[in-house]
Amino acid sequence: MSTNLPPRPMRLSGLEPLVITEETNFVNVGERTNVTGSRKFLRLIKERQFDEALDIARDQVEGGAQILDVNMDEGMIDGVEAMTTFLNLIAAEPDIARIPIMIDSSKWEIIEAGLKCVQGKCVVNSISLKGGEEEFIHQATTIKRFGAAVIVMAFDEDGQADNYERRIEICERSYKVLTEKVGFPPEDIIFDPNIFPVATGMEEHRLNALDFFRATKWIRENLPYAKVSGGVSNVSFSFRGNNTVREAMHASFLYHAIQNGMSMGIVNPTMLEVYEEVDKELMTYIEDVLLDRRDDATERLLEFAQTVEGTVKDEAKVLEWRNEPVAKRLEHALIKGITEFIDEDVEEARQQFARPLEVIEGPLMDGMNVVGDLFGEGKMFLPQVVKSARVMKKAVAYLLPYLEAEKAEGGSSSAGKVLLATVKGDVHDIGKNIVGVVLACNNFEIIDLGVMVPPEKILQAAQEHQVDILGLSGLITPSLDEMIHIAKEMERMNMHIPLLIGGATTSRAHTAVKIDPEYSGAVMHVSDASRAVGVSSKLLSNEGPTYVLQEKASLEKVREGYAKQRERKALVPFEFAQQNKPKLVFDKTTVPTPKFIGSRQVHDIAVADVIPYIDWTPFFQTWQLFGKYPRILEDNVVGEEAKKLFKDAQAMLRDIKKGGWLTLKAAYGIFPANSAGEEIKLGENGELGSFYALRQTGEKSKFQSLADFVAPQGSVQDYVGCFAVTAGLDMEGPLKRFEDAMDDYNALMLKALADRLAEALAEYLHLRMRREFWGYAPHEQLTNDDLIAEKYSGIRPAPGYPACPDHLDKETIFELLQAEDIGMSLTESLAMYPAASVSGYYFAHPESKYFAVGKLAKDQVEAYAQMRGISMELAEKWLAPNLNY
Amino acid sequence: MSVKKALEEKILVLDGAMGTMIQAYKFEEEDYRGERFKEYAHPLKGNNDLLVLTQPQAIEDIHLAYLEAGADILETNTFNANSISMEDYHMSNLVEELNVQAVACARRAIERYQAAGGQGPKFIAGSVGPTNKTASLSPDVNNPGYRAVTFDDLKNTYFEQCEALIKAGVDILLIETVFDTLNAKAALFAAQDAIEASGREVEIMLSGTITDASGRTLSGQTTEAFLISVSHSPLLSVGLNCALGAKQLMPYLQTLDAKAPFAVSAHPNAGLPNAFGEYDETPEQMAAQIKDYLDLNLINIIGGCCGTSPAHIKAIADLSKNYSPRTYEH
Repeated sequence: MSTNLPPRPMRLSGLEPLVITEETNFVNVGERTNVTGSRKFLRLIKERQFDEALDIARDQVEGGAQILDVNMDEGMIDGVEAMTTFLNLIAAEPDIARIPIMIDSSKWEIIEAGLKCVQGKCVVNSISLKGGEEEFIHQATTIKRFGAAVIVMAFDEDGQADNYERRIEICERSYKVLTEKVGFPPEDIIFDPNIFPVATGMEEHRLNALDFFRATKWIRENLPYAKVSGGVSNVSFSFRGNNTVREAMHASFLYHAIQNGMSMGIVNPTMLEVYEEVDKELMTYIEDVLLDRRDDATERLLEFAQTVEGTVKDEAKVLEWRNEPVAKRLEHALIKGITEFIDEDVEEARQQFARPLEVIEGPLMDGMNVVGDLFGEGKMFLPQVVKSARVMKKAVAYLLPYLEAEKAEGGSSSAGKVLLATVKGDVHDIGKNIVGVVLACNNFEIIDLGVMVPPEKILQAAQEHQVDILGLSGLITPSLDEMIHIAKEMERMNMHIPLLIGGATTSRAHTAVKIDPEYSGAVMHVSDASRAVGVSSKLLSNEGPTYVLQEKASLEKVREGYAKQRERKALVPFEFAQQNKPKLVFDKTTVPTPKFIGSRQVHDIAVADVIPYIDWTPFFQTWQLFGKYPRILEDNVVGEEAKKLFKDAQAMLRDIKKGGWLTLKAAYGIFPANSAGEEIKLGENGELGSFYALRQTGEKSKFQSLADFVAPQGSVQDYVGCFAVTAGLDMEGPLKRFEDAMDDYNALMLKALADRLAEALAEYLHLRMRREFWGYAPHEQLTNDDLIAEKYSGIRPAPGYPACPDHLDKETIFELLQAEDIGMSLTESLAMYPAASVSGYYFAHPESKYFAVGKLAKDQVEAYAQMRGISMELAEKWLAPNLNY
Repeated sequence: MSVKKALEEKILVLDGAMGTMIQAYKFEEEDYRGERFKEYAHPLKGNNDLLVLTQPQAIEDIHLAYLEAGADILETNTFNANSISMEDYHMSNLVEELNVQAVACARRAIERYQAAGGQGPKFIAGSVGPTNKTASLSPDVNNPGYRAVTFDDLKNTYFEQCEALIKAGVDILLIETVFDTLNAKAALFAAQDAIEASGREVEIMLSGTITDASGRTLSGQTTEAFLISVSHSPLLSVGLNCALGAKQLMPYLQTLDAKAPFAVSAHPNAGLPNAFGEYDETPEQMAAQIKDYLDLNLINIIGGCCGTSPAHIKAIADLSKNYSPRTYEH
């Protein structure tokens, strides 16, 4: 091999690069997407089953193919059309399009059609001197201008090279023409010196393998930078039906060809044995044939082959995910863009839910949310998301008859007409399409104008179809201006229909500040597809006008807040959950004795002491910037904005410290406690009152309750703590100054920071609780990230949060701690005042963990109402978001 | 002096945003229309490329401002002056005229600059945008095999534009904001055909766009895959522009620096857009980030994209003259 020349690697690309250097071992070309080599693929193409044909391509990539060979040469197929369609479809499958394509055809027009579809640097397979030098030069010149590498067959005007001499003669001539007359880069030339079958019984085929090896070696030594490839399965043609022999022979052939310098080959990875794992005796017989070592080599191999059973290997397919629960499977299919099983999975999910719509709103939207998150984090990119959207679409298509049937039963008519469009200059429509899908599922009639729709067309269509709502979508920045423009036009044209705004760059802030003022009708920012139905339904309902007024008002204030999604889950009976609750051990180590018992108050906590414990991620969420701190500061989309915000926050923190704008106070206590069922009785004999806990009843939950973390009555004396902290005292002064100055930004900033400081104070207090007051972890050393990740021992859940969704215990906490003394109070709906306050319980048991109670069935709510001594009505009121009925 | 020669001597400065500067004029529908298109049947506001016919003085003045700021290469106001994008305004028949007049605007600016004593060779790069259609992506989510435009459509469209730009005398064809490499390959194909047909020596600059957090083009390619896909063409330079700010472009420019056998260019945005879609990175902020490129010797051609102004270009030009250009093996 030409090792003394400077390196000139062959560089190919799909969505990702493939660089083939002298050191590259062997490049595996997937061959199953070839109608001449795979009957199944041929049938699928003929029947235009492109989805399944793509699955074959995906199998090849997953099976380790580094280049994908695509061949559509068949008399009954329109090759140009089939090549174009299939390559276009592959372009939409990022997990396939990742690798470079090999456009395989003996027809020039098919090759040219293929070259027009592929964005990456591909390989043309193949051209040759068969039709003379002039044609060869023309084809090579065109391929060069398209920027592809080329496979050159050892074929000339006189026919195909079938011996060593002819092989090297034709390859040398081809090389000279390419490098000298066409100026083709030599590293982009690959020779195919013809792999022919061995062990055919014909004398003239005895050297077929050996000549290939020798020609390969010659090419690599004499034609600088050129590579050698070939279709390996040809060699074992005589052993069709006996996969054991074929796989072994492929392994051996490859081994020797690579030794001689073959750099790539067309191999079915599922038809290839590992060289080292081939039975030694079989290998001897095979190599006798390949290397022509004995006159009777063929006979001996044939004889031995009959003793080897032709076993068919399992498809080396990774299907473990099929064993997951259906929601997980749907998620996987959405993320991976796999449509193969979607119908059966959706059917299974449909049977689990009461209504087909719940399948969409539940597991499918959950899956799409994961896709959205991954996209946001840059772990998925656009083409993958487009694929996910397609899986979603298929899933919905499957559910459609059921949705229709349900609609027919309900006899309801269209809920309203919605016009959707991605604005001029923007091609992004995934979100818009999802909105369309979801709205259509909810009985809305959808008119989708597609992408890059000019404003005049949108407005004209809106009037023509007399739509009830207009929805605009866009992902890139200039789309924002388009939306403003359309809002202005709507105002000018005296339109009144609501305008929905959605898409990745849109924001509530932008909608409020820039779009809403331009249009006197309703302007709604729909932050994600799942909100579209609620917003649209409400707009068109009786409450519509009120809703619009409210929304207009709230846009004025740029308030944050998302409607929480609701979902219905499979629950077990409360009794069953109680019987199967986690059993914790309560002994000396797990029930630490507190350093003090009773309650205390702290009136002068320094802001500076608390600042290090701020968790910044929710702060950015408040401002609709989503991403984890500190990574969010470097985020490609919101990073700059986040940085600015962060800087302003730091500046205000300094002002807060300097100006004494906020006063931080805390009350905390530790009390003897024991549990009885879901009740946590406080005081040695329950004389201090009780906390009342709720238990998980979700089918897949651990059936936990906060009461589990406290030793049961009659075992050992346990303890429970509680706290109430506030950072919102004395805030009115500066707040009013900002508000008087119409400085909403800083007013909001101050509130947001007060919230964060209250949370940080709770964190800080909990830390001191663990180290000093309760003192069960005196040597704990955790970073703030560890604290945010809740790596400490023991928990501090708060009433109103997932582990204890009911707010009622706040009354007990406030009473125990006499929280009024530190300026805190509860409103009649049990909201804490000041708003920037946190209260909660302390549990010290090392096994205590945060969890979400989740949905509640009537049996537990009844038991809860009884235990707490309140009416069912009241219990249902407080637990409303959790009710499963 | 030829561009190639100039490139060996210094870091060439490309101009900044045209659109941002046009915005400042706050042109309304009637300004876009001018006298000539007063009665035109379709709205024309937003057709910035048309301004070379209806507001040529403004375009010329913007070019001049960039020259005075220190730009060595002017980009013509032809980003969308191709038959596909012009369909939006029913003006596909004006492509040749738009391109020829755009080059004339740039040329007049250079003449004014030189008449006033301005120094140094100045070059005109014909801006060739991506069009508003993609050859690798389907606009129809239900029909992923569908294409709104074919390679041949694009090739013909690009050829028409390139031919007009070359005829009008550009030194460079700048194929920029490449979000779909297949579009770029069609443009490169057409540009080479047009250059060969003209018999003139015209250089080709190519500039791609990384669109998302995964560091890929819109059509899904990594920077290196993109580079490999276009390296068959005789490029003067390969680079990146738009979508990201200077800071975010850095890792991808490093990839180009390490792998490209061509000059490397960058014309980033003035940071990332804020919630209102505005770019608010100041010249000083942007120059500070570009200093990092220069310290690492990544750059042969530097300029600005969305949100940049003559002040940005001045800051960049003042900075870059203290550095020598990136060296590379052809």
